[in-house]
Amino acid sequence: MSDPMRIRAAVKGEKVEVKILMSHVMETGQRKDAEGAVVPAHYITKVTASCNGRDVLSADWGPSVSKNPYLSFRFKGGAKGDKLKVTWTDTAGDSRSDEVSIG
Amino acid sequence: MMLERRRFLQRLGHTGLAALTIASGLLPRLVRAADTRPAFAAEAIADALKALGIANPTKSDAIHFKAPDIAENGAAVPVEVESTLPGTREILLLVEKNPHVMSASFSFPDGTDAYVATRVKVAESSLIHAVVKTDAGAFYTDRLVKVTLGGCGG
Repeated sequence: MSDPMRIRAAVKGEKVEVKILMSHVMETGQRKDAEGAVVPAHYITKVTASCNGRDVLSADWGPSVSKNPYLSFRFKGGAKGDKLKVTWTDTAGDSRSDEVSIG
Repeated sequence: MMLERRRFLQRLGHTGLAALTIASGLLPRLVRAADTRPAFAAEAIADALKALGIANPTKSDAIHFKAPDIAENGAAVPVEVESTLPGTREILLLVEKNPHVMSASFSFPDGTDAYVATRVKVAESSLIHAVVKTDAGAFYTDRLVKVTLGGCGG
């Protein structure tokens, strides 16, 4: 199973600023290994974020999002202590969710 | 007669659904308003935009797009897009010279800023397009990023 995401969600004025670092190879399927064999594609295709169950972001990705993806966004209507949950799904059908309290 | 018809319809239903599922897109289409997946297979900006149902986006100064002029490492080029266009629903990132141009799409529910920061791979020096879908249509801006080390090596 993949490593947990590092998520920082903090109230800044009337908004919540979110910064996420995911752990994923984001393999494009274009790259060859030392023996010249194509490394099969393996990348995150979908990312969603919700705050206390309310959707705050949805993203569709291709293989050209960088390895160990970084993502930052901002939303209104979140308060200290609210739960921010982030979920990704990849081409292998794996998915991972992590949750933090907004600080 | 009725039985035959039913069997025929069942078979049609099964094979039809399987074929569509294999062709990818049906399942996501059922749960999402706009399916962006086909756009990710496009090799040219125009084809990607067509797959997204976007025709002739208007160039706009209301899209603030930050990206480095020169990126030493094409594997991780920081990009930041903010749209001040009213009714912004989606921001799309497309890298013109990548094997597949479409990099990412972000959609913003009400209450979320039309802002996103991430990092993308850029295979070679290329224009990066930030396309914004609003209630009033599609807009874009672009930035040229020169890459000294390509992004496909991982």
